[in-house]
Amino acid sequence: MASGKAFAHHHILGMEQFSREDISHILATADSFKEISTRSIKKVPTLRGHTVINLFFEPSTRTRLSFEVAAKRMSADTFNISPTTSSTTKGETLADTARNISAMHPDIIIIRHPCSGAPLLLTRYVQAAVINAGDGAHEHPSQGLLDLMTVKEHRTTLSGLKVAIVGDIAHSRVARSNITGFTRMGSAVYVYGPATLIPKGIDQLGATLCGSLEEAVRDADVVMTLRIQRERQNDPLLPSLREYARQFSISQRILELARPDAIVMHPGPVNRGVELPPEVADGPQSVILDQVTNGVAVRMALLYLVMGTA
Amino acid sequence: MSASWCIKNGRIIDPANKIDRIGDLLVLDGCIANPKQPIPPGVPEIDAQGLWVVPGLIDMHVHLREPGEEYKEDILSGARAAASGGFTGMACMPNTKPINDCAAVTAMIVARAAEAAIRVYPVGAISLGCEGKQLAEFGEMREAGVVAVSDDGRPVRDSQLMRRALEYASDFGLPVISHSEEASLSSGVMHEGPVATRLGLKGIPAAAETIMVYREIALAELTGAQVHIAHVSTAMAVELIRAAKGRGVRVTAETAPHYFTLTDEAVAGYDTNAKMNPPLRSAADREAIKQALADGTIDAIATDHAPHSILEKEVEFDLAANGIIGLETALPLTLALVRDHVIDERRLVELLAVMPATILGLAKGTLHPGAVADITLIDPQRQFAYSADQVVSKSRNSPFLDWILQGRAVLTMVGGAIRHNLSV
Repeated sequence: MASGKAFAHHHILGMEQFSREDISHILATADSFKEISTRSIKKVPTLRGHTVINLFFEPSTRTRLSFEVAAKRMSADTFNISPTTSSTTKGETLADTARNISAMHPDIIIIRHPCSGAPLLLTRYVQAAVINAGDGAHEHPSQGLLDLMTVKEHRTTLSGLKVAIVGDIAHSRVARSNITGFTRMGSAVYVYGPATLIPKGIDQLGATLCGSLEEAVRDADVVMTLRIQRERQNDPLLPSLREYARQFSISQRILELARPDAIVMHPGPVNRGVELPPEVADGPQSVILDQVTNGVAVRMALLYLVMGTA
Repeated sequence: MSASWCIKNGRIIDPANKIDRIGDLLVLDGCIANPKQPIPPGVPEIDAQGLWVVPGLIDMHVHLREPGEEYKEDILSGARAAASGGFTGMACMPNTKPINDCAAVTAMIVARAAEAAIRVYPVGAISLGCEGKQLAEFGEMREAGVVAVSDDGRPVRDSQLMRRALEYASDFGLPVISHSEEASLSSGVMHEGPVATRLGLKGIPAAAETIMVYREIALAELTGAQVHIAHVSTAMAVELIRAAKGRGVRVTAETAPHYFTLTDEAVAGYDTNAKMNPPLRSAADREAIKQALADGTIDAIATDHAPHSILEKEVEFDLAANGIIGLETALPLTLALVRDHVIDERRLVELLAVMPATILGLAKGTLHPGAVADITLIDPQRQFAYSADQVVSKSRNSPFLDWILQGRAVLTMVGGAIRHNLSV
C-alpha cells in the first residue's frame, strides 16, 4: 500500500501547487492502488464512512465516472450534483451552493466548473477538501497526474524527455497542467497549434513554442494532442475541422518524425479524423486507454492523500 | 455654520495662479478673500501647519448608482466618500437605471445632489439608453445641468454616430468623454498576456484600446471638436494621444490610480476586486502611464469609482462585475507618485483639481481671490490603514483594502462649509 509519508495539501487545485517530490509521492501512491482495479473484488475499505460529492457544473462523462469509480473502490459514499439537477439554474450562487453542501458535512468535494478559479472560490466556503476536476482554461490536475503516470509507465523516467503538445493550447486546462507537470519533473515541453489557439506568453509557463508541426514532433518521446472546437462564443478560431485535420493532425507520416518508440496521448474525447486519424488513435503507439485506466488509480491516490491530511 | 475661516500657516499650492508658498488663506462668506485684506475679528482659525492647502479636488469620472442601484451607492453616500477623500466636486456617469439620457433624469440627479456633501456634475448619455443608435438631447440636458456627454461603459460602436455626437456636442460646449474600447476585441475578463494565460482567463488585448483611441482622435481631427479619453490604460494609447496633441488635436485624457499603481499580476488568486474595464495592464503599460502623467500627455486623474456589492463581486471571476471604488484612495495613491519623484506637488494639484475643472469647463480648480471657497487640506505624511470597516462608500470593492496608505485629506471645504474634518 501507499507510504505513510505526510501529504501537505488539503485541497488539490492545480499542478502548480506541487513540488517534484509531491508529484513523485502521488504517482507512487497511485501505482500502489492500481492493482486494486484488477482484482475480482475491486473494493478496499480505506475511505469507508467518508462522503465524496461530485459537483459538476459542466458536462463530463469520463472524468466524473473516473472519480466516482475511484471513490467507490475506496468504499466512500458518492453523490453527484450537476447543473441541471442543482439549484444553480434558479440563480443560486456558487457561494450559496457551497455553504449548503458544506452544512451536510462532506469530506471531499470534487468540482468541475467552466470558470477558471471556481475551485479556489469554493475553498473559501467549505471545510471539506476540494479537488479540482477541471476549471475553465486553468487547470485539470488529476488529468496532468494521470498523464505523468502513463508516460512514466512507458518511459520509466519523467526527466529528460521531449513532450510535444499539439492543438488548442489557448482553451486547454490539460495543456496548462501538463506544461507545469512535465517541466517540474525535468522534461521539456514543446507546443504547437494554429496561431488562433496559442495564448500570449505561453513560453512564460515553461513551454517552447514551435514554428511548425514537424519541429514540435521531431524526436519527441511523447506526442499529446488536444481536443479541438472550431468556434467558441462567436470567436472564429478555425475555418473548418476538415482544414484543421489536413494542416495540424498527427498523421502517421508526422508521427514517424518522433522517436520510434514515442507514445501518442489524448485527454479525450478524441474527434476521430480531426486531431488524430483513426490509424494513429488506435495504433500501436497510442496509450489513450492506458490514460483512462491510470485515471482511476491517480484519483484513488488523490482521495486517499487528501483524507490523510484531514 | 460659519462660512468664514482663516487657514493659518499652510503650504498654499495653487498652480492656476502660479502660487506655492507658506502662508494664510482667508475665506470670507464662502469665497476666497484677497490676501491683502485684513482679517476681520472673530473669524475662526484653522491650523494648517504642515498641511497643503489646495483648490478642492475634482473627480471627473464616478458612478454614483442613483437612480436604480442604491444598494451599491447613492448620491449622498458617494458624496460622503468623496468628501472624505478630499474631493469637493465630481462628475457622475450616466449609466444609472434609468440612464441619464434626458433632462428629467438630469434634473432628478441635480435635485438630489443639492443635499450632497460636495458638488455633483452630471454627465449625460451620448445616445438614448447608451444603445449607440440615436443621439440624446444634449441641449436640454445641458440646460438641466450636464457638463459633458458619454456612453461610458458601452463605447459607441458606430463611427458616424460618434462623429455626429462630437459635432453636435460642440454646439453646446460639451466635451465628449469616450470609453475607448473596440467591443469585438473586448470580450475577455482581464489584460491579454502571460498572467491571463497562466490563470486560464480570457484576455482583452491592449489593441482594443489602441483602435478606439485612434478612431476618437481621427474624429476629433475631422470635426475640430473636443474629445476626452477616459481611463487610459495602455502605452500605445499614450503614444497616440501624445502625437495627436503634438499636431494640435483637441484631445484630453485621464487615467485612474489603479492603472499607475497595479498591474495584471493583481488578478492572481482570481481577485474580483482587481477586475475592471479597461483591465489592469502590464508593467510596461504602467510605466508609460506614469510618464504620461509627468509630461502632460495625460491631463487628469479620475477614479472611475464603480461601487459593487458582494452580490456582484463574491462570484466566479468570469461572472464578476467590472469596477472598483476609488474616491477614498485616489489622493494617497497619487501622493505616492510625488514621493517616488514621478510628479511634483504642483502637478498633483493640476491632475486632481485644475485640469478636471478645465476639461469640464467649470470655474473651479483655483484659489484666486473671489473664487468660491472649495478647498482641500492635505496632510502628506499622515498614514492610515484602509480597512473594510473604515470605508465610507456603501460598497467595499477595492483592491487596496488593508493597504497602509500615506497622505490624506484632513479637511474638505465646499463653498466655505466644512464637509470632512480629521484635523481637530
